[in-house]
Amino acid sequence: MPVPEPTPLERFLNGILPENPVYRQLLGLCPTLAVTAAMKPAMTMVGATAFVLICANLITSLIRHLLKPHLRILVFTLTIATFVTIADRTLAAFAYPMSKLLGPYVPLIIVNCMIISRCEVCSSKQSPKTALADAVGVSLGFLLALASVATVREILGNGSWFGIQLVPESFPTLILMILPPGAFLALGSLLGLATWLGHRRKARASEPHAGSA
Amino acid sequence: MELFADLLLIAIGAALVNNFVLTYFVGLCPFLGVSRRLDTAFGMGCAVTFVISVAALLSWTMTEFVLRPGAPLPNWVWSSLNPAAEAGAVDLSVLSYIVYIFVIASSVQLVEMYVRKFFPPLYKSFGVFLPLITTNCAILFACLEIMKHVVARDWGLAESLTLAIFGGVGFTIAIVLMAGIREELELCEVPESLRGAAITMIVAGILALAFMGFSGIGANVEKLLNP
Repeated sequence: MPVPEPTPLERFLNGILPENPVYRQLLGLCPTLAVTAAMKPAMTMVGATAFVLICANLITSLIRHLLKPHLRILVFTLTIATFVTIADRTLAAFAYPMSKLLGPYVPLIIVNCMIISRCEVCSSKQSPKTALADAVGVSLGFLLALASVATVREILGNGSWFGIQLVPESFPTLILMILPPGAFLALGSLLGLATWLGHRRKARASEPHAGSA
Repeated sequence: MELFADLLLIAIGAALVNNFVLTYFVGLCPFLGVSRRLDTAFGMGCAVTFVISVAALLSWTMTEFVLRPGAPLPNWVWSSLNPAAEAGAVDLSVLSYIVYIFVIASSVQLVEMYVRKFFPPLYKSFGVFLPLITTNCAILFACLEIMKHVVARDWGLAESLTLAIFGGVGFTIAIVLMAGIREELELCEVPESLRGAAITMIVAGILALAFMGFSGIGANVEKLLNP
């Protein structure tokens, strides 16, 4: 019996929360930790990653009937590498300071497991429309994840959000949060929070059943 | 002597001060995924160190002779095709990411075949993780660092290989430490919602905090070598 193909809308919604790439699948952690010291670089990173993800997903979906099983990962990676080169050069041409700040993390999008996993799981099996919806959904999920980590780190570490000063200058800031250890601590706590919220919602949902039984 | 001092600084920098995992966040997938037991963690560290060295050797060669602006090979081909061209006009650096990924994928394949043929028990113990190394950012990161310095013309082969090998050693140190901590952590009572990835992240954060202490060593060695 063939499994019914998921609709584009389902795939789109799935990518945002139920299958959030960072919080649920633990994919793409390298940029989540590396560029989230402030909102601006984090959002640039999301833009670049979303561009690569959407383009690569579309292309793999269009060529899905030509793929040979043993060569598919190589094809995915080369497709992604091409789009990453485009994104990297565009960034260097139009936003040079940001490109300098992000440094090696733009080319490192190539090995972002999130993109390869979307190519492998979804777009190499489904129509371009579904693949596009999936890519946009996952990109939004990634945006949510990076924004949450960057918000925590920038407010605690620098007292600002998107470069806008939120707390008075004299307020003590936790420098630690914009340093590498702060990234691990922030993501660890947020992961714990996400699990806790998930558990609580599940417990709430099952309560009426428990009462009636 | 000066070269030796440079190499020592690069080695300490890559292995301890700017540890690949704990400062640059590259190679996190195996760091979180394969750090449950000490022996597999050590095996993974060795595999990564080996692949990173092979890939660095290949990518240094490619960058130096083919990819950097003004590299000899493409310029020689171009000037023999078009004698009127000015010297050093060809710049293939736009291709570098694609070439690096290709180099990494093929060296992983090579290592996999070699290990399968000559060390079957080792292959069995981390055979599953070997293909995963292709998408290990640590290796591409090493290639990119090497590219940066080769294009700026301040690194030769020795410096590049030192960075790669000691970057791999730093990765091994980090993943083995993590595996040791996680083996102990199994016996602890962790709050339910922190179990799994969350507590691992927090432990990694504390580990990164400890590694920040090494930045003093880096500065002191530099002072000692260049008084």
